[in-house]
Amino acid sequence: MNGMQESTPLLVLDDVHASYGNIHALKGVSLRVEEGEIVTLIGSNGAGKSTTLRTISGLMRARAGKILFRGEDLQARAAHELVALGVALVPEGRRVFARLSVTENLEMGAWHRGNNQGIASDIDYAFTLFPRLGERRNQLAGTMSGGEQQMLATARALMSRPSLLLMDEPSMGLAPVLVETIFETIEQINSEGTTILLVEQNAQMALGVASRGYVLQSGNIVLDDDAASLRENPVVQKAYLGMD
Amino acid sequence: MSTLAANWRSVIRSGLIAGGVALYTALIGMLVAFDEREVVRNSFTLGQLLLVAPAVLVGWLSGRQSTQVPAGQRLLRGLVAGLVTSLPLLALMFVSSVVNLRTVLINVDRDLVRLISFDHGVGLSGALMLAGALGVSGILGAFVHLIPARLRHALLTALAWMLGAGILGELVRQLLSQFLDREALSWFLRRDTLKPEPAALLFVVVLLADLFWSWFRETRGRREGPAPRALQFTRVGGLAVLLLLLPLLVGSAISDVLTNIGLYILMGLGLNIAVGLAGLFDLGYVTNFAVGAYTMGVLTSTGVLGIENKMGVTVFNFWLVLPVSLLVAMFTGFILALPVLRMRGDYLAIATLGFGEIIRLLALSDWLKPIIGGAQGVLFIPAPNFFGVELIGPQRLYYIILGACLLAVFVSSRLNNSRTGRQWMAIREDEDVASAMGINTARSKLLAFTISAATGGVAGAIFAAKLGTIFPTSFNLLVSVNVLSLIIIGGLGSLPGIIVGALFLVGLPELLREFDEFRLLLYGTLMVTMMLARPEGLWPSAVYQREVRRGEERAPPQAGEQAA
Repeated sequence: MNGMQESTPLLVLDDVHASYGNIHALKGVSLRVEEGEIVTLIGSNGAGKSTTLRTISGLMRARAGKILFRGEDLQARAAHELVALGVALVPEGRRVFARLSVTENLEMGAWHRGNNQGIASDIDYAFTLFPRLGERRNQLAGTMSGGEQQMLATARALMSRPSLLLMDEPSMGLAPVLVETIFETIEQINSEGTTILLVEQNAQMALGVASRGYVLQSGNIVLDDDAASLRENPVVQKAYLGMD
Repeated sequence: MSTLAANWRSVIRSGLIAGGVALYTALIGMLVAFDEREVVRNSFTLGQLLLVAPAVLVGWLSGRQSTQVPAGQRLLRGLVAGLVTSLPLLALMFVSSVVNLRTVLINVDRDLVRLISFDHGVGLSGALMLAGALGVSGILGAFVHLIPARLRHALLTALAWMLGAGILGELVRQLLSQFLDREALSWFLRRDTLKPEPAALLFVVVLLADLFWSWFRETRGRREGPAPRALQFTRVGGLAVLLLLLPLLVGSAISDVLTNIGLYILMGLGLNIAVGLAGLFDLGYVTNFAVGAYTMGVLTSTGVLGIENKMGVTVFNFWLVLPVSLLVAMFTGFILALPVLRMRGDYLAIATLGFGEIIRLLALSDWLKPIIGGAQGVLFIPAPNFFGVELIGPQRLYYIILGACLLAVFVSSRLNNSRTGRQWMAIREDEDVASAMGINTARSKLLAFTISAATGGVAGAIFAAKLGTIFPTSFNLLVSVNVLSLIIIGGLGSLPGIIVGALFLVGLPELLREFDEFRLLLYGTLMVTMMLARPEGLWPSAVYQREVRRGEERAPPQAGEQAA
């Protein structure tokens, strides 16, 4: 960990505040993601996990604080400009383009790349990563199962060749078998060089793949440690891992 | 046993619903209004058709629900459904013979009683006639299921042709008069009414042709893949020739209907970009129509409001102003889109609805009266002139509208498959995710509103030149509703659907003047029916078709996988 401190971190959140109307959802969130890491943000329902990701990806404006990506202030950028900088989002609840085919969804993911160079081969790569999608390449995304849609949402985000992948609750609503598969894929994507910020309610699985973790509670970061220590932490065990 | 009872209960219930519908059409005067048109001379009228239609439909439904049941039982269900359908009308007949209902229900008059009793009066014989007729209709409806499939198809097709020719008698006369002299024509029609002999002939000819065609297709085997090139060329060529000759074939009155359909197709194509592609529910499309019309009116008018008289500029003519109308409409579309960019769904619909009203009130206002005439409108708008030929009258204007429609269809189909079109579809599906994919949603929505406005402006400009005068009353909410209805009924996002929708919603009421009074009722009924029975529209877009097909092909989900 110590060697990394010298270079600029990939993503830094510094005292970020955000609110929905009068509801103060983020009350000064600070975190840091280094190049090549999987960092997880765990917490219970309504803790502000998704709000954090929405704020990073520009779908929501922070009221105060700084969001720096490679030292550049993301607050100055519109949501649609982030993907060109290398930030991609796998949204909560998958949100695939229901009435577009699997291939068309993937093409939408490569939207900002414009020309067709390399897109076809990236689609092929997505199909090797998720063979299931290859079998259904012409199917309308909305007619697929939840697990397949999660694969598609992930593959779609990868199509922009991001350096930072923001994943919002990838395990939500999936059967345990599928959750295992999704987390294996997350590790694989990371091993191929993509940094991942993973928001999860399933703390067990998330701390299993992540190198570091943050615990978010009512809009505040209450714990911040490497994943192994967090798993041993009695507070985390009690509140998020279901142990006594 | 309980399912059997439930079946009978549903037969009776649907019979009562159909009876309610029949009673309703009687009370609002629809039956009597339709009775004035004979479908086949001295045989039956449109009113009688409408009277028995609910019974036939409900008989058909009752027969369908019971596939495991023997034939006699199914016919019995049809009979019962038909008889139940007649109950509300029988009650009406009875009550009207005791009490004078006309003071409240002004449509319950002698004509209605004559119609529903089949000329037998309010007594027992009239009641028996009504119950009998609807009962038999119910049996006929149920009987449809018992006919072998091929014959059924042929019979229904032949029936549809015969009824169609009867109802659209005016169109038939126009078409036939191109080829026949008065005497030959009088064998077919008396005025606009089909005579019984040609009706029977048409029925038999279509029946045989349909049977032959299905036999022919079966023996030749079904062809796989796309049609050969030569056949495609013939089809396209045939369609082109037909489109070019159409106004000459159908005569002036129906050409006028065609031009109205064309104007609505133009507007439908435009609105389809906003609603069908980008998913922006725009209820104020009339704005663009009005802006185009007023631009044309004010710039070309030779009256007091015209630029010619006010400023002494005489260079403006139809062809010069047509692109100007388009640009002004696009500009207005752009400006009006700015404040609503952040609105979605219902809120957008409400805001655009407001814009439509604002435009109408502005046109009516005293404030703008010196420029656009207020309630008096703009007068003396000259007809377009094409190399010295005055394009006056629907048969000539048709070609301008045809040209504009073809151009709009071409542009729309290109947009459908373009990067811009894809961008709109992504916004329609999920605006947030679209922006996360790198799409500038604000710019993209502005573009959709702007391009969408273009054809509305052109339609308005042609409309102004067609009528020669424009009044604010022409630009009301109904225009927006019509355009939106026709693209929904045709099938959202589908180009052929727009044409089919316009033919149905604009063409039909104009050809059937009896419908005109009940136009909104027709829209409402069609909308509800469509949403229940065929939500994808009459001619659905490729995506919807694919959705249905994929759904059928889809392999069963595998074990261990949980659909969300």
